[in-house]
Amino acid sequence: MKKFEKLTGLVVPIDRANVDTDAIIPKQYLKSIKRSGFGPNLFDDWRYLDRGEPGMDHGQRRINPDFVLNQPRYRGAQVLLARDNFGCGSSREHAPWALDDYGIRAIIAPSYADIFFNNCFKNGLLPIVLDRATVDRLFRETETTPGYRLAIDLAAQTVTTPGGVEFRFEIDAFRKHCLANGLDDIGLTLQHIGEIEAYEVRRRREAPWLFGRS
Amino acid sequence: MAGKTLYDKLWDAHVVRRNDDGTCLIYIDRHLVHEVTSPQAFEGLRLAGRKVWRVESNLATADHNVPTTDRSKGIADAVSRLQVETLDRNCHDLGITEFGMDDPRQGIVHVVGPEQGATLPGMTVVCGDSHTSTHGAFGTLAFGIGTSEVEHVFATQCLILKKSRNMRVRVEGIVGPGVTAKDIVLAIIGRIGTAGGAGSAIEFAGSAIQALSIEGRMTVCNMAIEAGARAGMIAVDDKTVEYFRGRPYAPSDEIWERAAHAWRDLRSDPDASFEKDILLEAAEIRPQVTWGTSPEMVVAVDGVVPDPQTEADPIRRESMLHALTYMDLKPGTRLRDIALDKIFIGSCTNSRIEDLRAAAQVAKGKRVAGTIKLAMVVPGSGLVKAQAEKEGLDRIFKDAGFEWREPGCSMCLAMNADRLEPGERCASTSNRNFEGRQGAGGRTHLVSPAMAAAAAIAGHFVDVREL
Ligand code: SF4
Repeated sequence: MKKFEKLTGLVVPIDRANVDTDAIIPKQYLKSIKRSGFGPNLFDDWRYLDRGEPGMDHGQRRINPDFVLNQPRYRGAQVLLARDNFGCGSSREHAPWALDDYGIRAIIAPSYADIFFNNCFKNGLLPIVLDRATVDRLFRETETTPGYRLAIDLAAQTVTTPGGVEFRFEIDAFRKHCLANGLDDIGLTLQHIGEIEAYEVRRRREAPWLFGRS
Repeated sequence: MAGKTLYDKLWDAHVVRRNDDGTCLIYIDRHLVHEVTSPQAFEGLRLAGRKVWRVESNLATADHNVPTTDRSKGIADAVSRLQVETLDRNCHDLGITEFGMDDPRQGIVHVVGPEQGATLPGMTVVCGDSHTSTHGAFGTLAFGIGTSEVEHVFATQCLILKKSRNMRVRVEGIVGPGVTAKDIVLAIIGRIGTAGGAGSAIEFAGSAIQALSIEGRMTVCNMAIEAGARAGMIAVDDKTVEYFRGRPYAPSDEIWERAAHAWRDLRSDPDASFEKDILLEAAEIRPQVTWGTSPEMVVAVDGVVPDPQTEADPIRRESMLHALTYMDLKPGTRLRDIALDKIFIGSCTNSRIEDLRAAAQVAKGKRVAGTIKLAMVVPGSGLVKAQAEKEGLDRIFKDAGFEWREPGCSMCLAMNADRLEPGERCASTSNRNFEGRQGAGGRTHLVSPAMAAAAAIAGHFVDVREL
């Protein structure tokens, strides 16, 4: 997994609450058996005026000029600013894959849907929670300041505006550790093989019906 | 010491290890697998040279991409076909039981698991699918996971998790006639919002929940995720235990007796406390219809489309305006005056035998309105389909002008050929009315099976209580 340490990135605002993972990456792209290549289809229904299908040449598609991601001032954005309950709906990890493939490294929102939030960490993407008033302020500043960049420091757990105002965010120690070091948590879990086996032995005795073959 | 909640009990029984930072290594008893969220996990496993920890804990079926029409022709879309074939191959190579597209037991993974007794009370059940919350209906801790976690479960039989908060939603009293489990859960989401259960595991309780059939309880837990909860669950009672008796993967004989005895403890202690506790009066719940693009945008069928100008919160007002534009609706429109193009009866929310019976009862002896372009019934599994045919429900539907299809997810998310065209409006028994969910530009109204059938007959929404 990719490490996340520090980043100063251009911010793109997605000013809607309850953005669901169907919107982040529409279902037709879920037919892929790969993990990569979803970037061009990030927010596909909003980003293009024609209907996207897997395998289309994106250069030939009709761009929706009104959608923020298509505005030249947000080209190359690495930080996505969002509203409440971002990433709700389907559990598809294709959503963080698409964000990552597009170049987004961090998201800032007042709240996220649980599964999406988890999925981000597995892909080196940092979802930051800041309170609503702060997020409001960041939206205002982003929209009024072309080239608006935020500095994110995972070790210090801070987001700093171009004006030098610093906001602190919380993050679980374990997640922070994995993200900062690019650790694969399967490897970490497998360090506890003995405990997993001991648990199984005990549970098989107590509740054998849980171990039936399917 | 305060008593334990059902969630506390399920959690504690599955802790393999507590880490210093408060996260736990949680053991997973049952892992359900489908074609969409597994290929990258299988591949990751292979690339890392890892083995599947406990092969027999996995059960797979293809549901999202499968056609609901004649299966003998295979899958026309090459990309879909490859995904289903990839699942077949992975399961075959690793020895995982899979109900392939032609297996009579194939169906939507959340219908198939309980039907086979592969999901049992007291288990931890996961699947790379958010509606895994469905399985909470049996006093099970069940939740959806992403593909990286699917790989984690394959490799370790565990997940690293942080415990959620305890939340309870009680529905007390008796619902009126025509009010179903779907109406109850939509009313709950209407009340607490799509983020109302965020960070929580919700236990649904109260006399109206206990009165529900097992199928109805699955419908309620299915949509816990739509309230933003990590999981939804319901305590075990006699109905739960009886539901599993004799199911193919359920225990038998002496083990059955032991299991059934243990299951009866799967309930919150009377003195357990919840961080959030919500109460709804069953008698106040009316048949529900969503009007917007989020399940919380819901009103009773005798109501009208709400006016964003009366919403004080600016962000909510903005999303309401957005939703009205997308749905092409005006504030003040009576729900009953909304005409429909298509009807979809199916999905893991409402495609079990009880749902089909409820819809058939409404459709019996009637005709689908001429203005409806397509009304389809998609059973949740091959076994549900067979049962329905045994009861003659397929005839009732076909005589009324509904299409009777093969099992799968179908137009719930339109990954196969079943979908809405841009601008089409659909009464759907599924769980999500998001933009484009049933096809780009399609407009979805979520309702119960009886309400969907009644809308098919009338061509617009009708109040099932008046039938
Ligand atoms: S029926 Fe719909 S919600 Fe249920 S698993 Fe299939 S796609 Fe998901």
